[in-house]
Amino acid sequence: VTLSAAPGFAAPRLPAPVGALSDVLFAALRQPPFALWDLPAPDGDDDLHLALYACYELGYVGFAEVDGDWESEPSLVALRGSLERRFEAALFEAIDRVPDATEGTVPERLQALIAADDSPSVARHLAVQGTVDELQELLIHRSAYLLKEADPQVRTIPRLPPRAKAAMVEVLSDEYGGGRLEYMHSELYRQALEALGLDGSYGAYLDRLPGVTLATVNLMSLFGAHARWRGAIAGHLAVTEMTSSDANRRYGRAVRRLGFTSREATHYFDEHVEADAVHDVVAAHDLAGGLAEAEPAQADTIVFGARALMLVEGAFARHLLSAWEAGRSSLR
Amino acid sequence: MTEGPDTEITPYRDGPLIVRGPIRLVDATGAEIPVRRTTIALCRCGRSRIKPFCDGTHKAVGFSDR
Repeated sequence: VTLSAAPGFAAPRLPAPVGALSDVLFAALRQPPFALWDLPAPDGDDDLHLALYACYELGYVGFAEVDGDWESEPSLVALRGSLERRFEAALFEAIDRVPDATEGTVPERLQALIAADDSPSVARHLAVQGTVDELQELLIHRSAYLLKEADPQVRTIPRLPPRAKAAMVEVLSDEYGGGRLEYMHSELYRQALEALGLDGSYGAYLDRLPGVTLATVNLMSLFGAHARWRGAIAGHLAVTEMTSSDANRRYGRAVRRLGFTSREATHYFDEHVEADAVHDVVAAHDLAGGLAEAEPAQADTIVFGARALMLVEGAFARHLLSAWEAGRSSLR
Repeated sequence: MTEGPDTEITPYRDGPLIVRGPIRLVDATGAEIPVRRTTIALCRCGRSRIKPFCDGTHKAVGFSDR
């Protein structure tokens, strides 16, 4: 069984492996499904996150040379679970690097987390002094998620209580352009990539993405894959939306300052300034707040999801800015 | 009488007016301001750079409705 792609839309090729696990796993995925056994442990974060990303990707678009039946091969499912447990353990261990907020309602706690976040800002850097190369690198990193924007969150819809479910659908339907291809955010992002001279094909840059980038996407896939993490994806989405208008205004400024003034180059960012001002309050109050109201026990999971976002995004931002400061590329 | 969906306007705490449902938005001369999405946020703090829409600036300026 191979995936059939729509005209002009092809599943990407498997990326090059980066360690012991991805090496063995990707060789296996090129064959018809069989029971994986005796796999090596990931030999670092890059290997862990590339292998986990590939496991998840089988449930999104997949890979051109990988049989679609691998997605449900029991040993692959078991591998995915074991990699998720490693990722979760790393999150639990590091979460206290992110300030906590324990007082008040869930929307108030999320706002307090944002106020206390002291991570550096890639958007601020790019708006004021970033180079074209740096802007292009940022777009390449974000392509891992933004060419499938909202796809991880969609899986959460059936797991939410009514008010939170309606809010999630309200936000997500906007992400998908209200059902109109030309307004779908992943489509706007593809156009932005191409307007900046980059490849807009799905998965085109997977070979260039370090684990610190893939972790930001794996976090959403993890939270979206399991009902037990429904609170975490609500908190993750809420804080993403609550901080997005400001970041996208700065990215829009960077794009224009660096001479990319076409509608294709700027539309994605301008659209998000306006759209995410809506999503911000709906996600904070109706989605996260609505979930906590219906299921008070979810409040701490919602806040954990938000802090986990800040943890992986903080690492991502520090990676990019320190590479650029040292005159290096932040890509692999 | 025709039955259509209601229009609902909600002032969110320390935030914008969220407008859901069918509306026509016009400027002071009566010219139509295009509205594409079904839920929009209108500026309530006066500081948005994309008025009449909200751009989240109320948070940076500490807008409070209390």
